[in-house]
Amino acid sequence: MTYDVLIVGAGPAGMSAAVQLSRDGLAVAVVDEQPAPGGQIWRGVERNMSGPVSRALGADYRKGLALVEAFRASKAEYMPETQVWQIEEGWSVFLTSGGRARRVSARIVLLATGAQERPVPFPGWTLPGVMTVGAAQILLKSGGMLPEGRVWIAGAGPLPLLYATQALDLGGRLAGYLDTAGRPGLAVLQKLPGAWRDLAGLAKGAGWLRALRRKVDIVRDVKDLRAEGEGRLEHIEWSRHGKRQRVEADVLLVHEGVVPRIHETLALGCAHDWRAGQGYFAPRLGRWGEASRSGLFVAGDAGGIGGWSAAMVSGEIAALGIAARLGKGGDVEERRRQARLDDRRARALALRPLLDALYPPLRERLPDETIVCRCEEVTAGTIRAVTRTSVPDPNAVKAATRCGMGPCQGRQCGYTVQALLAEVHGVPVGSVAFFNIRPPLKPITLAEIASLEDMETAG
Amino acid sequence: MFRSVLEGSAAAPDMMVVVNGVETPAWNGETVASVLLRVPNAGRISPVSGKPRLPYCQMGVCFDCLAVVDGIASTQGCLVPVKPGMRIDIQRGPREIAR
Repeated sequence: MTYDVLIVGAGPAGMSAAVQLSRDGLAVAVVDEQPAPGGQIWRGVERNMSGPVSRALGADYRKGLALVEAFRASKAEYMPETQVWQIEEGWSVFLTSGGRARRVSARIVLLATGAQERPVPFPGWTLPGVMTVGAAQILLKSGGMLPEGRVWIAGAGPLPLLYATQALDLGGRLAGYLDTAGRPGLAVLQKLPGAWRDLAGLAKGAGWLRALRRKVDIVRDVKDLRAEGEGRLEHIEWSRHGKRQRVEADVLLVHEGVVPRIHETLALGCAHDWRAGQGYFAPRLGRWGEASRSGLFVAGDAGGIGGWSAAMVSGEIAALGIAARLGKGGDVEERRRQARLDDRRARALALRPLLDALYPPLRERLPDETIVCRCEEVTAGTIRAVTRTSVPDPNAVKAATRCGMGPCQGRQCGYTVQALLAEVHGVPVGSVAFFNIRPPLKPITLAEIASLEDMETAG
Repeated sequence: MFRSVLEGSAAAPDMMVVVNGVETPAWNGETVASVLLRVPNAGRISPVSGKPRLPYCQMGVCFDCLAVVDGIASTQGCLVPVKPGMRIDIQRGPREIAR
């Protein structure tokens, strides 16, 4: 069959849109990589509603249940544990699940694929024992997992503070917290007036910091982080005010913010804008969340980082735009006003300028030996050498070094390659493009392709 | 590297899985990647340098959690929930043609 709308991702944006579009009488399917709805923010929320893990995850986490329940009760068809590996205009979306591939058709596609953590390269970041703070938090949500041994957190932003608070609440131990954000500059003060619109959010962040200070040593102004060990993490090293420090470590959790997932919109050739303040590309979207390809909409963090609350609102806005496009939904302008969607979104985004000023993307010079491409193990030194004799184009680096050609398809190295090219050529980072993204979006086996059924003729 | 907060409580594990031939307790809601972080030396071996890796991102973007799951190689472990009796084997280097 042909769906009216195919939504990719069942997080706050995807679920909000699905609920509303189904109510408007449209045939909706929601494809999700995860086994249950909630996205990464509310991962496992249905399972985690009782017990110690639920308490530690906090009230914002438990808030997700209401939307998950509304989504489960809606008429939208849910396809969990399903990956999208190709999207074609018109629209055909190619999926795999359980080792089989299939194609589904839809009149409109809504990408609500969320964010990924910004890759944080430094010497030793590929050692077993080094992982991201977000990964550790996912492990907490999905199996109640806590890190063991000498656990260090290094990074900046609200997520490490939140995760540290949650882990300590559950009896986890932290050896130390390395704050990589520099001293806040004057720019931060200019952002404060806007931030007061979200007093609760401000208070929450301050609370995490207070709780953490009581229990853990926080080391500020950390630079030049390095992880070392034979076969696994054994030591970490950093500089502070010009002095090197070295400690033993079993687990190092790193985090430098999140960036939109843009592989899908890049593969479709959509226009993207460089957001210098945040250090990422985001698809250029219209008033209703439509990308530069007609019939392709984007909602939530995939269209620019705003967090779960803003994501829910943008899902509702996109749903109205989609309904109008399909001749449903009535007077959507009036509905947009009635539901105060723009005001709600502005409120949800009130803290972002302050957060962006407090935690700008790191711009440290990477040592030459740093692995940039985790898949193909290409170092910063190799990329610098290659780019000195080529144009500032990531695709030239890819062709010359295989950087970005492994299974992750540049998801872990794209922005680093971009920064290195800008550094070598002395041009602004934003003037350098991202890799060209080619199909498939996820690796797929020949057997899966061979199993491809045409859902239009079959269904 | 990780343990479940449920581990060590009186309650029995939710299921057993087989990691490199060894029966291993597992909990509802966790993924293959999470198991790889609890069992020593279960992570993949890089096909480029031959060095060991462990799951890094847990959200389907890094591919450092590749494992052989029920005989299927190059499975993204972080996207696969555990099931009773599931066989998880270390992936050494690239995927073999046969699996």
